[in-house]
Amino acid sequence: MRIEVRHGELNALAGFAERQLHVVKRYWLWEIVWLFYSLVSVLSIGFLASGLGALGAPKGTFDLRATQLYLLIGALLWGYLSLVFMEAAFAISWERWEGTIEYTFMAPVRRITHLMGICLFAIGYGLARTLVVLVVAALAFNLDFSHANFVSALAVLAASTVPLIGLSILTAVLPLLSPQKGEQMSIALQGFLLLVSGVYYPLTVLPFPMQVAGALSPLTYALSGIRRSLLQRASVEDLLPTILVLLAMGAVMIPLSVWVFAWAETRAKRLGLLKRSG
Amino acid sequence: MSSPAVEMRSIRKSFRRRERETGAPWWRRKWKDAVALSELDLTIEAGGVTGILGPNGSGKSTLIRILGTLLTPDAGRATIFGWDVVSEPMAVRRHINRVSVEAAFFKELSPWENLLYAARLYGGEMKGTRSRVIEILERLGLSMAAIDEPMKQLSRGQQQKVAIARSFLTAPSLLLMDEPTTGLDPRSKKEVQVLLEDLRAERAVTVLLCTHDMDEAAALCDRVLMMDGGRVLADGSPHELCRLHAAGKPGATLEDVFMNLTGKSFALAEEKEDA
Repeated sequence: MRIEVRHGELNALAGFAERQLHVVKRYWLWEIVWLFYSLVSVLSIGFLASGLGALGAPKGTFDLRATQLYLLIGALLWGYLSLVFMEAAFAISWERWEGTIEYTFMAPVRRITHLMGICLFAIGYGLARTLVVLVVAALAFNLDFSHANFVSALAVLAASTVPLIGLSILTAVLPLLSPQKGEQMSIALQGFLLLVSGVYYPLTVLPFPMQVAGALSPLTYALSGIRRSLLQRASVEDLLPTILVLLAMGAVMIPLSVWVFAWAETRAKRLGLLKRSG
Repeated sequence: MSSPAVEMRSIRKSFRRRERETGAPWWRRKWKDAVALSELDLTIEAGGVTGILGPNGSGKSTLIRILGTLLTPDAGRATIFGWDVVSEPMAVRRHINRVSVEAAFFKELSPWENLLYAARLYGGEMKGTRSRVIEILERLGLSMAAIDEPMKQLSRGQQQKVAIARSFLTAPSLLLMDEPTTGLDPRSKKEVQVLLEDLRAERAVTVLLCTHDMDEAAALCDRVLMMDGGRVLADGSPHELCRLHAAGKPGATLEDVFMNLTGKSFALAEEKEDA
């Protein structure tokens, strides 16, 4: 019985990821538009770094290549994370819009399986799209990876996936709380993370309360770890504390986010919010 | 499964919303409760087609959603084959499926992609799913050319057939059908009704059919519950209801029963609720 249930859950997990893949395939033209948008966003940050000299930064006072890489890492990682957040949040609001949400919530599938399926697809898809953008950015700016340790960068990226799943589930709660405004709320949450997580600047430039908020964001540690690995050739051992912090954050955030989602689902069922809207 | 297919005891459900009274300033709104189900008691034994008949707003869909584990009642207890819909939702979900008035699908995806998704969620054996899907859709009279086309390109009737195929695919013990023929053209409506008759004849499935089509209820249902304002007004076979509640009118229909019980015509009740 237990094995049957486990097989069923795995089947459902694959079902959610497969469904998302089918949706991406059907909307392939839009995917090209979004890829173009990701590319221009990252390239504009790269050119911003290139133009720092023209904006008045005195030559020789900073390392242009390192600065460019610093900003591009932020832009790339931010592009990846925001894509994962949006995929997770849209998966719920889109289901509501299509009217399928009641069918999904009626299926004999654990909510953790449902949410994991959506998040794992979002992560895989986000990584694939970010890789394309990275290749284009590396070619466009002739990026200097001579001080990079790719193994430790990948280790940090893998560890950051754990709290990222937690954050994505929390983002997916918002459309469940408010059918009308949930999506916009998820964009606001993203904006706040962008502000406090040191995507384009070190946390030290922020006012103290924002630094505290930044210290609570897993994105801060992911960015710091990846930057150290790619700019200072930090090894996995060097980055072990960062990796452990990320894993610990994930260990707290995943159960917490699933609990919050369950609470939001119970509330939606009490208030009758699962009905189709739009 | 010796327990009744459906058992509901003292089920109550209201929806709260803030409303502004006529003439009140825009910022002064009061909470008001709209009663959807009021102290509902209901037992449905396994097998057969039970119709829930009532105008819009009578509580039919709320009842279906509570049984579908999509709404929690404010009070009372509801079970399906003995499993509580609130405390044992996973066990309930393994035994039910639903066809609603809206054929809810990912409209850009094809019938095959949507049905594959449904089959995965219900965790059955995936091998041979494509041939099973084709078999069911062929039986429903859906052209095979449509199976890989986006759902949005199918007619409303074709979409509803795919919705019925989705529910058949998971072989539920209890099928909740919430106005499955509403909005269909007469031909599609007839096809869906024939399908229901076939289903009743062939499979050990309990069907709960919500409808506001009196003729459909009379033709398909073994038992009819007539609802209005969240209450059951009458319960019996279509023949019994006509005999007991149509004031001896010869050739009485369920419409006459409704008029006799509520003092209003069914169409008028619908209009009032819509307004």
